[in-house]
Amino acid sequence: MTAALRFLNDLAAGLGFQLELLAQVVVRLHHVPRRARWIADQLYQSTIQTMHVVLLVGFFIGMIVSLQTGIELARIGQQDQIGTIVAVSMTREMGPFITALILAAAAGSSMAAELGTMSVADELSALEVLSVDRVRFLVLPRLVALVLAAPVLTILCDTIGILGGGFVAQSQLNVSFELYLDSATESLRDLGTVFPLPKDVFGGLFKAGVFGAIVAVIGCSAGLNARGGALGVGRATRQAVLVSIIAIIIANYFMTWFMYQG
Amino acid sequence: MTNGDDVILRFRDVHKSFGTQKVLDGLSFEVKRGRTLAIMGPSGTGKSVVLRHAIGLMQPDSGTVEVEGRDVAKLRGKELAELRRRMGYLFQEGALINWLSVGENVCLPLRENTNLPDAEIRKRAEEKLALVRVENAWDKMPSQISGGMKKRVGLARALITDPEIILYDEPNAGLDPEISASINELIRELKVRLGVTAIVVEHRVNCIKTVADEVLFLEKGRPLVQLPPKEFFASRHPRLVQFLGTDPD
Ligand SMILES: Nc1ncnc2c1ncn2[C@@H]1O[C@H](COP(=O)(O)OP(=O)(O)OP(=O)(O)O)[C@@H](O)[C@H]1O
Ligand SMILES: [Mg+2]
Repeated sequence: MTAALRFLNDLAAGLGFQLELLAQVVVRLHHVPRRARWIADQLYQSTIQTMHVVLLVGFFIGMIVSLQTGIELARIGQQDQIGTIVAVSMTREMGPFITALILAAAAGSSMAAELGTMSVADELSALEVLSVDRVRFLVLPRLVALVLAAPVLTILCDTIGILGGGFVAQSQLNVSFELYLDSATESLRDLGTVFPLPKDVFGGLFKAGVFGAIVAVIGCSAGLNARGGALGVGRATRQAVLVSIIAIIIANYFMTWFMYQG
Repeated sequence: MTNGDDVILRFRDVHKSFGTQKVLDGLSFEVKRGRTLAIMGPSGTGKSVVLRHAIGLMQPDSGTVEVEGRDVAKLRGKELAELRRRMGYLFQEGALINWLSVGENVCLPLRENTNLPDAEIRKRAEEKLALVRVENAWDKMPSQISGGMKKRVGLARALITDPEIILYDEPNAGLDPEISASINELIRELKVRLGVTAIVVEHRVNCIKTVADEVLFLEKGRPLVQLPPKEFFASRHPRLVQFLGTDPD
C-alpha cells in the first residue's frame, strides 16, 4: 500500500520535470540539423535493434485478432469481414500500442540506464561544469529519434499484423487471401475529415509519434535524476518502464477519444 | 583587479549537510590570485564536496562561496557559464563521457560552445593530450584505457579552455611515480607560467611539496590547520603526526 502511494507520489512529482524537459527540447529543435549524426545513431539503435521483436509480436497479434474474431464471425457467416476487423484494429490500436510497449521496454529503459550511468559516474556534473547543455546534448537526439522511430516501426507492425491475420484467415477460416486483403485495404480507405489521408492509418501513426515522445521523455528524465550508484540506475530503469506504460495507456485513451468521438 | 594579492576563491562559514550527516561545518578559507591551496584530510571528510561548492555543482546550506568576489550560488545561466569557462575541474574519477572517444571527450567543450573550425579544435586537443602525456589514444574509448589515463584525459579536457582557476581532485591518484611527477610538474608550470589559481585535493606529499603554497588539513568539516607545506610537514600537531605517520613519500 505504501509502495503504491509512493509510486503515485513519484509519478506526480516526475510529471512536472518531464513536461519541463519536453518544453526544453521543443525550444531547441533548431539544433536538430547539427545533431543529425547522433539522431541517426539513436534512430539506428531504437529501430534496427527492436525491429525483429516488433515484427514477431506484430505477426502474432495479427494472427490472434484474426483467430479470435474470425471464429465468431464464421459462426454468423460473416468471415469475409475478418480483413476489415484485423486491419482496423491493427492500424488504429494494436500497431501503435504494441510498438510503444516494445519501445518502452527496449529503448526507454536503455535511455534511463545510459543517462543514469552518466549521472552516477559524475558525467552529468562534468557536462554541467563544461557548460555543455545536457538537453541539447543528450535529450534532444533521443527524443527526436524516438518520435521518428515509433511511426516507422508502427507501419511495420501494422503491415505484418495484417499479413499474419490473412495467413490465419486463409489457413484456419477458409477465407481466401485475396478476399481478406481486399476487405482489409477497402476498410483503410476512409479519409479523415481534417486531413485527406487514410484516417485509421495516419491516426495510428500520430499516436505512435506521441508514444515515442512519451517514452523518450520519461526514459531521459528517469536517467537524469538517477542517484546512488548501480542501485539507482536499476531503480531509474524500472521506473522508466513502468511510468511509460502507464503514460502510454492514459495518453492512448485520450487520443482515441479525441480522434473518434462523435 | 591587477593587484597580485586579491582573493580569487573565498569560502565564508560554509555549512553543508546531506540528510543528517554534517559534512562541512563552518568552513572558511581563501585562495589568492596565482596561489595554490592543497587540501588534505581523511577519506570521506568532504574534500570533493568543497571542490563541488567552488564550481557551483553544490550550494551551501548556509555561508557563501565566492569566486572573484561573486557568490557562486547566486550566479545563473550565462554568468555561471562564463565563470565556469574560466574554471577547470578535474573530477576524482575523470568523469569522461563513456560513449565518446578520448579525442572527442577533450574536444567536447570547444565543439559544443565555440564555432572554431574542427581542425583547430583537434590541434588544441592534441596539444593538451601531449601535455598530460597521453599519446596514441585519440580513438580509444574510455572503457579501453586505464584509470590513470582517464584521469589524465580528464585533465586535458579541463585544460582545453585554458582556465585561470583549476580545481584538481586527486590529480595523482592511480598514476605511477614517473607520470605522477610529470603531472605535478605540469600543475606547477600552469601556476608559474600562466598564473593559474588552484585548489588541489591530494594525499601525496610529493605533489603537495611541488605545487602547494599552503596546505589545509580538513577534518570534521573544518580546517584543522592551514600552513605552508614546509611547516605543515614539520608540524608536531598530534593529529597530523598520526595522519601522516611515517609516509615514505
Ligand atoms: N551527493 C551526495 N549525497 C549524499 N552524500 C554525499 C554526497 N556527496 C558526498 N556525500 C557524503 O559527503 C561525505 C564527503 O564526501 P567527499 O566525496 O567530499 O569525501 P572526500 O573527502 O572527497 O573523500 P575521498 O578522499 O574518499 O575522495 C561522504 O561521507 C559522502 O558520503
Ligand atoms: Mg573525494
